[in-house]
Amino acid sequence: MKQKRSLLEKAAAVPHMVWVALFILGPLVFVLYFAFTDTRGKFTFTNIELLSSYSHIFLLSICFALVATAICLLLGYPLAFVMARAKPSRQKLLMIMLMLPMWISLLIRTYSLMTLLDNGGLVNSLLVKMGFSPVTMIGTGGAVILGMVYDFLPYMVLPIYTSITKLDRKYMEAAADLGCNSIQTLFRVTLPLTVPGIVSGITMVFVPSISTFYISQKLGGGNFDLIGDTIERQFKYPSTYHVGAAISLVMMILILISIAVMNRFSDGDGEEMIV
Amino acid sequence: MNNKLIELRSISKSFDGEQILCAIDLDIHDKEFVTLLGPSGCGKTTTLRIIGGFETPDMGDVLFDGVRINDIPPHKRQVNTVFQKYALFPHLNVYDNVAFGLRLQKVPEDEIRERVREMLVMTGLKGFEARKPTTLSGGQQQRVAIARALINRPRVLLLDEPLGALDLKLRKDMQNELKRIQKATGITFVYVTHDQEEALSMSDTVVVMADGKIQQIGTPTDIYNEPVNAFVADFIGESNILDGVMLSDKKARFAGQVFDCLDGGFAENEPVDIVIRPEDVDVVAPEKGMLVGDVSSVTFKGDYYEIIVDIKGFKWMIETSDYVAPAARIGLYIEPDAIHVMKKSEYSGKFGDYSTFSEEMEHLSDPTIGTEEEDDAE
Amino acid sequence: MKALSRSYLWIIFALLYAPILLLVVFSFNEGGSLSSFTGFSFRWYGEFFRDQVALQALKNSLFLALASSLLATAIGTFAALGLDRMRNRYVKGAVNSVTNIPMMNPDIVTGVSMMLLFVAVAGVFGLSDILGKWTMLIAHTTFSLPYVILSVLPRFKQFDKTLREAALDLGCTPAQSFFKVELPAIVPGVFSGLVMAFTLSLDDFVISHFVSSPDFQTLPLYIYNQTAHEVKYSMYALCTLIIVTILALLLIVNFAGSIGDRRNRRREASK
Repeated sequence: MKQKRSLLEKAAAVPHMVWVALFILGPLVFVLYFAFTDTRGKFTFTNIELLSSYSHIFLLSICFALVATAICLLLGYPLAFVMARAKPSRQKLLMIMLMLPMWISLLIRTYSLMTLLDNGGLVNSLLVKMGFSPVTMIGTGGAVILGMVYDFLPYMVLPIYTSITKLDRKYMEAAADLGCNSIQTLFRVTLPLTVPGIVSGITMVFVPSISTFYISQKLGGGNFDLIGDTIERQFKYPSTYHVGAAISLVMMILILISIAVMNRFSDGDGEEMIV
Repeated sequence: MNNKLIELRSISKSFDGEQILCAIDLDIHDKEFVTLLGPSGCGKTTTLRIIGGFETPDMGDVLFDGVRINDIPPHKRQVNTVFQKYALFPHLNVYDNVAFGLRLQKVPEDEIRERVREMLVMTGLKGFEARKPTTLSGGQQQRVAIARALINRPRVLLLDEPLGALDLKLRKDMQNELKRIQKATGITFVYVTHDQEEALSMSDTVVVMADGKIQQIGTPTDIYNEPVNAFVADFIGESNILDGVMLSDKKARFAGQVFDCLDGGFAENEPVDIVIRPEDVDVVAPEKGMLVGDVSSVTFKGDYYEIIVDIKGFKWMIETSDYVAPAARIGLYIEPDAIHVMKKSEYSGKFGDYSTFSEEMEHLSDPTIGTEEEDDAE
Repeated sequence: MKALSRSYLWIIFALLYAPILLLVVFSFNEGGSLSSFTGFSFRWYGEFFRDQVALQALKNSLFLALASSLLATAIGTFAALGLDRMRNRYVKGAVNSVTNIPMMNPDIVTGVSMMLLFVAVAGVFGLSDILGKWTMLIAHTTFSLPYVILSVLPRFKQFDKTLREAALDLGCTPAQSFFKVELPAIVPGVFSGLVMAFTLSLDDFVISHFVSSPDFQTLPLYIYNQTAHEVKYSMYALCTLIIVTILALLLIVNFAGSIGDRRNRRREASK
């Protein structure tokens, strides 16, 4: 059906279009501009060429983020599954419990984890009381990965949980009817049908993990330089904005490409689950 | 009943290059109950939406009381609609839904209260004022939709498959109810349905549509007894439709035999379609039959048996109250007044053989045909 | 199997909540230690409320969250209306993808890219420093927009178009039908978009870190600065206050929801 659109309907999106052009596209243009100019505004490839000296940082960040994402998936899928199978009245409570940490600032969560693992923290003082020698945890790679898992696990669970609850129970019943036991049903029916949830969970954990700087600063004790830390450092002084822009540009492109590839896997409808 | 209230003059409409209506001409008279009947995609809903003002025809004119109303928007037409899925406003309760139109006309609240009360009494909804539409059953929602439309005292009420979502018994009750309301209010009803039984039992006039064209306009009896072509004959009731030749007036040849009939006015040896209703065929002993065939199936239908008989490869459907054994050889006897002769049309040969009951069934076993969209693409 | 899955559930939740609980408990610790609880006290809370910088940060956060969420909701709701009615599929697709960039991009990239824009614009106009309240407002509005649109647009899409026709049929002008019938169906989406934008703004640290300046601190920025070097115990008090507020809000929202549900169910049952 085609109706005539009123002027309001035609113009309604215009302020938004102007806004996103100015404040979403505009900034990206400046990232490009800074990435390809030097401090005097002359066109140059130096910033990009300099990136090769940061390759180990990129690699380390990718490794950390991949490991954290994998752990989140392994812990998160069973959690989501168990939650989705709980009694409906119980599910609501579990949802609130899962969401609550997400609403608490990442800074607070990371900070509280740090105080727990610190040399003088509760874990170590308990160890000492039990007669063990204290373990230095802050400043290890394990602590950084633990921080990522701890901070971002709910982001993995939520979309998977949503996609499991949206699944029609009939599929599971049909699988059982056709002779699947519960494990077979999980791997042959539930898991393939919840791929969109898994994909969006992976994206939601991987992207903040690879770009974090607070976690590595607090829990890495300054021993690990991740992409996030590097970018953050470049933007402290105007002279290194250009290199910072180049690093940001490359990271952005890498991430957008991997999101696009991931969405291919799930027919591209993971987006609705981001909320 | 005589003055024309709505006139459609060679209306055409297409969507995305697909012709939905081709040059439709239709007169709707005052106080008449008119039904647009046809399969999905035939253009009946589009016709209704053109009258309601939700679509504008690509060509042709819509006249209301003799005045052209093509460009009048829906809210200025003296026409109200009962929508297919009722379209009740979910944020308003029953009272506010019904009062909606009057509030827009700035009718004083006292009068609104009185008229809403009246309407709710008439539609049997007294006591439901404060309920939200989502808490009502399908039949109740249906009544609210009718009350909401009728309270505006429209000249014409358009109903788009209003009973489609109800179950069979409730549907029959609502059919009577609608008929009663139409009589009581004297408002012209234009009713869209694909259910031929509904159309025959309610309407003063039935308009049979197919492929964007009007096939036949007439009273329910005319439509049933004198279908103009194979499509109408097949769509209204069950029919055996055979190829035939009109030898002369009152003499027709089909199924390899010459029969007496009552129709005439065809050219000599003109090819025609012959319609024979299943209930008009008598089953007799083979030697007494005008035609002889083998029974290929018998289905018990409660008050009659439906049998399929193979006569020289053509499957006939016959309804009889006497039991016939499957695979038996039987004779058929056909009275002259049971034979209805039609001119050949584009639909000839497409319908009326009971090898299968629906075209879809034939498609099902043919992997080269894709499943068709069931929706009215209107 | 059931016992196994239940214990798994509670172990994960215990691990998830352990650090947070620790923080809450030790915010009431009289002594300045994280390993031994020496006595209950509100000492650190008093200290926090005497901290003028913290209170200013709280005020800034609330102002910013309110202003940016209202602005984003206004722009986003109209945008959703426009996008819903837009016929040109390519323009629609383009606007949608651009809008979603901040949602896909890492926050740090969104932050630095906006910072570069502001710095460059400041440079053109010869201003030394424009980072602060207004750049924060722009940034927060921008990253909230996709979430507002995401919660409003589906409402427009799900809106039954025949309701609009029914309104026209009953005598509404197109404008009346929008305000009387379509708007009430959209309002819940607008409201949840507003709430979402508000909380996103309150919570944001990374983007704010790049587009603000020391003279406009929000709570997350304040926390970041406080935790940059040594452990400050008044931070525990602040974090506890934040956690309690969030918990209370969540409970209120959910209880209000479930009471409403129950009332509806009872009405259904009494039919």
